Amino acid sequence: MPNIINSLYNMRLLDDLARKETTIHKLHPIVKLLTTLVYLSVVVSFGKYEIGSILPFIFYPMITIVLAELPVAPIVKRILLVEPLIIGIGILNPFFDQHTIVLFGVVISRGWVTFLSIFIKCGLTVTASILLIATTGMEQLGVALRMLKIPKIFVLQLLLTYRYITVLIEEVSAMMRAYSLRAPGQKGIHRSVWGSFAGQLILRTFDRAQRVYQSMSLRGFTGEYNTGNVPKVKLRDFTYLVGWSVFFIIARIFNIPMLIGLLVTGVIK
Amino acid sequence: MRCADLRVLKGADIMHMADALISPVVGGIMLAATAGVATYSIKKIQNDMDDKKIPLMGVMGAFIFSAQMINFSIPGTGSSGHLGGGMILAILLGPYAGFLTMASILFIQALFFGDGGLLAYGCNVFNLGFYTCFIAYPLIYKCFTRKGITAKRIFGASMSSALIGLQMGAFSVVLETFLSGKTEIPFGTFILMMQPIHLAIGVVEGFVTATIVIFIWRARPEILEKSANLEALGNVSIKRVLTGALIAVVVMGGLFSGFASANSDGLEWSMEKTSGKSELKAPDGIHKTLRSIQTKTAFLPDYSFKTKVAESKEKPADQIGNAGPSINSGTSVSGIVGGILTLTLTAFTGFIISLLKKKKSKVNA
Repeated sequence: MPNIINSLYNMRLLDDLARKETTIHKLHPIVKLLTTLVYLSVVVSFGKYEIGSILPFIFYPMITIVLAELPVAPIVKRILLVEPLIIGIGILNPFFDQHTIVLFGVVISRGWVTFLSIFIKCGLTVTASILLIATTGMEQLGVALRMLKIPKIFVLQLLLTYRYITVLIEEVSAMMRAYSLRAPGQKGIHRSVWGSFAGQLILRTFDRAQRVYQSMSLRGFTGEYNTGNVPKVKLRDFTYLVGWSVFFIIARIFNIPMLIGLLVTGVIK
Repeated sequence: MRCADLRVLKGADIMHMADALISPVVGGIMLAATAGVATYSIKKIQNDMDDKKIPLMGVMGAFIFSAQMINFSIPGTGSSGHLGGGMILAILLGPYAGFLTMASILFIQALFFGDGGLLAYGCNVFNLGFYTCFIAYPLIYKCFTRKGITAKRIFGASMSSALIGLQMGAFSVVLETFLSGKTEIPFGTFILMMQPIHLAIGVVEGFVTATIVIFIWRARPEILEKSANLEALGNVSIKRVLTGALIAVVVMGGLFSGFASANSDGLEWSMEKTSGKSELKAPDGIHKTLRSIQTKTAFLPDYSFKTKVAESKEKPADQIGNAGPSINSGTSVSGIVGGILTLTLTAFTGFIISLLKKKKSKVNA
């Protein structure tokens, strides 16, 4: 039950955040989508032993969060919910990597380095995806996908799925609440009603799809999903994409923290 | 009890590969393969598409999404399982619409919940949608139900197709993770971990799928008949999808084997392909200077730590060859100082911007 309510809350929160009107929100959706894709590819392209040189990539989510005035806590919470899965796989690295390294006189398995590297990458990539949706919103993202020549049917279906998720989650939570009130102390749905419980939901779903279709037809639906006027890509949008891409590529080629560190320790000496 | 519950949950979620575990090359190839299958599916459903089917697909996607949150208690274990939904979609909507619906569910999950990433999107759609809709459904499910539908046949069909679809998906996850080379888990060990877990998950998935389909068949048989009839038109083309996938696999296999034997990470590999060198050569002047500073000082200079093999007797030859300049504590101090400074600088910039924003909003107010 808490799982369902959390999901619903999470989706509505991101939906609300996407309606803000900050500098980032006003950017063209396609620019935000492309920047995110460049960011993800560059972050993921780092070798498995790299830690230091990935750090400058925290800059992008940081700036986006501040400029888009997004709350930090829900995003961090989401990352923490996903990280255990990565930890589950990554924690095995120290056991399987037989090589050891000496760092300040301490001998550790090189697997810890790869583990930390995966951990950081996971945090960054998950944040980037969530920031994309929190600053763009599903409808606008649909516009961006259409501009990238993703077929109309797919985008349409994606937007409809998104729209009806909240409706059906509410339906499921009502059904599960009713069930749990009739079966107190029972964990999950009993085997004897597996079929009828989920099957009922499907039947309701089909009926609802029928009603949805009828009401859509009444409002003039002809297979076209109108998303309002599509904004044009302005110079500002273009600069945003190019600016970040250049930064990502520079940070990929040069180890920025090392250069800064060298500069500082050199000056001190 | 909790522990078992977590294990089932985790098993299901491993199927959603994260961006951090794949390399850009593997992600890109799988994205291309998925796009190919999706384009073909769209073409196929356009033929028998009335505008009625789009809302149905949308609402069914939402159904699977919410049905994944139902806990089905597994008898005798005290734990509960969840529905994956790939088979249900294929059975109720047919393979093409089922595949597309799965693709949109995974897109939303990646964006809103961080379950599986955008780069790993191709992998995830393929692992969870392709094997169920285009292999398990036409080759196994249809085989069982060809001679007419009975409750027993539905059960056998759902169970075996869910099991096999999930096993193939799990194997695919292992293969993609292995080829990406981000984890150290040996291929064999990973297989021994994944396949049995997904055998257990597959049994639950098969049971749940079977009971739901039997229920629907009893309550509203016309729904199943309708999707089965649509299949009559799709039977020939499934062969084509398989041929297409086979070609994709052969091409991918060729690419992968080159990639795996080069034993380098994704970007370096693609650089090697495009420029003939494993690392891009920076032009002269400032780049050269910066480059030489970087190679001299890199905190983790291109994989070469001061490595000493645990069992020093069996020091592999490549390890010796690969061991670059050993890092002295001086440069690693610079590395750590630099790292801390980078983070501080980031935090500071963020702080300044938010300060400026607050000031601005005050002025406006």
